[in-house]
Amino acid sequence: MDWLGPEEWRAVALSLQVSFWATLVSLPLGILTAYALARLDFPGKQLLNGIVHLPLILPPVVTGYLLLLGFGTRGPVGGILAEFGIVFAFRWTGAALAAGIMAFPLMVRAIRLSIEAVDPKLEQASSTLGASPAWVFLTVTLPMTLPGIIAGAILAFAKAMGEFGATITFVSNIPGQTRTIPSAIYAFLQVPGGEGSAMKLVTVSVVVAMGALLLSEVISRRVATRIGGA
Amino acid sequence: MLDIAVRHAFAGFTLDTSFRAPPGVTVLFGRSGSGKTTLVNAVAGLLMPDAGRIAVGDWVLLDTERGIRLRPHKRRLGYIFQEGRLFPHLTVRQNLAYGAWFAPKNAPREDEAKVVELLGIGPLLNRRPAALSGGEKQRVAIGRALLAAPHMILADEPLAALDDARKSEVLPYFERLRDEVEIPILYVTHSAAEVARLATTVVTLEEGRVTGQGTAAEVLANPSVTPLGARAAGAVLEATIARHHPDGLTELHAGGTPLFLPALGQPEGSTVRVRIAAHDVILATSEPSDLSALNILPGTVHDIRSGQGPGAIVSLDTPAGRILARVTRRSAKRLGLQSGTPCYAVIKSVALAPQDIGG
Repeated sequence: MDWLGPEEWRAVALSLQVSFWATLVSLPLGILTAYALARLDFPGKQLLNGIVHLPLILPPVVTGYLLLLGFGTRGPVGGILAEFGIVFAFRWTGAALAAGIMAFPLMVRAIRLSIEAVDPKLEQASSTLGASPAWVFLTVTLPMTLPGIIAGAILAFAKAMGEFGATITFVSNIPGQTRTIPSAIYAFLQVPGGEGSAMKLVTVSVVVAMGALLLSEVISRRVATRIGGA
Repeated sequence: MLDIAVRHAFAGFTLDTSFRAPPGVTVLFGRSGSGKTTLVNAVAGLLMPDAGRIAVGDWVLLDTERGIRLRPHKRRLGYIFQEGRLFPHLTVRQNLAYGAWFAPKNAPREDEAKVVELLGIGPLLNRRPAALSGGEKQRVAIGRALLAAPHMILADEPLAALDDARKSEVLPYFERLRDEVEIPILYVTHSAAEVARLATTVVTLEEGRVTGQGTAAEVLANPSVTPLGARAAGAVLEATIARHHPDGLTELHAGGTPLFLPALGQPEGSTVRVRIAAHDVILATSEPSDLSALNILPGTVHDIRSGQGPGAIVSLDTPAGRILARVTRRSAKRLGLQSGTPCYAVIKSVALAPQDIGG
């Protein structure tokens, strides 16, 4: 494809990489958090709920800055992780972290809703048939929540593709390292004659976002028909 | 031997029940709100009562004094719920295998092929629950409970959500379960017909307490303990099928007395339980003639019990067994009925509806 120049390609590839890892790594945590919020009762539940949703409400710049303070090489968490060779600041991993955190509330909401839609009576039935709580979760709750998990993951992926504010604040705008599609569009618009490249990336953004939405619709509809009514 | 003693206080309702029952089908009989389902949930472990002891033979599920409170998945029971609760994401075959998978490998278990045959669910194995009728779902639910290698089967009004046709489709499978499988069953219902057909032992519940216990015939004949009072009262007679007549009637013999009712499916010579509801019986002090009713049994009044309201329940000793009749107090007085009065019980043959008859 000659349509995209090497610089644009690099932005697209990086965005896909960042979003893929952001989604994959946050998914188990998202399922766990959604389950805790939907089904468990524990002190601090409202606090957890608030923290999970915070990135949705805070200005992204604030989230990015807080990440910089916490996960920068001299930050309390970043400093410890740097000892083990895990560095986020000004790396693509940092972009993935920022995208993952920004997308997390959307993912948790979608999964939580579908967990709440699972009839607890089915989970009871499972336990009377000898399934321990962990098995109940694995054999009943999780498979029945599958449409919501897929929807949540795709939604999170699309959100991660579009994350800009927190990313640029936390990991800057380094070509090939942290210059994702939104950062690249921003950079192209800063230089004279960059509108053409920006427009191409805008087109890619729209196509990816629409594709993700359609895919999630198709998949969850197929899973929902398979599961059917009780 | 089933041994249950449970005490649990809710806001505004206290469950305080205690009974022991021999193996077979123990029916908890009571109106809604009497605590039947709560009690079954305590047996299943879905409710942890304040205090009590629950044991099936040597298998102790709960003993608060000794600090034993098995969690639901450790109890090894097969619970058949009112709404089936099949797993919608699994096929019938996978639903059946679900409980078996969690059972200890060395547990004595029913053969899957035998259970599938017993319940007639062979053609359904590859379907999902969404594609099953209500009656089929309940049959699969019975199979799923049975194949979990349970110490006891619990059934909480398993027919209540079905229409009459589906009820008579599923009920015979519970009878086969009782007769062909040696697993005790605790069965909850508010239907006198189900009590009459299934019960080895009936335990009546009211407001969280046991009000009576006995065989189906004993309990149903005693309106003071039947949960619906006089409306559920009736006699349960054991009868043998003597002959199928060509005009569509079946002749039964109960204690040597013939009874006629619409054709039954069972072969001649087999034994059935017949329920005669008290409100389907008319009394006469002289032998009635020129009457369309086919079943007229001579007998003597055993006793008369009046409740609130205008009705009275007259129990009558006949050669076929004890029969109950529900009459008004006014007629009882007009006929001069009292203990020892000879009289005749007139039973309309159509009153012996097929769904009240079982083997």
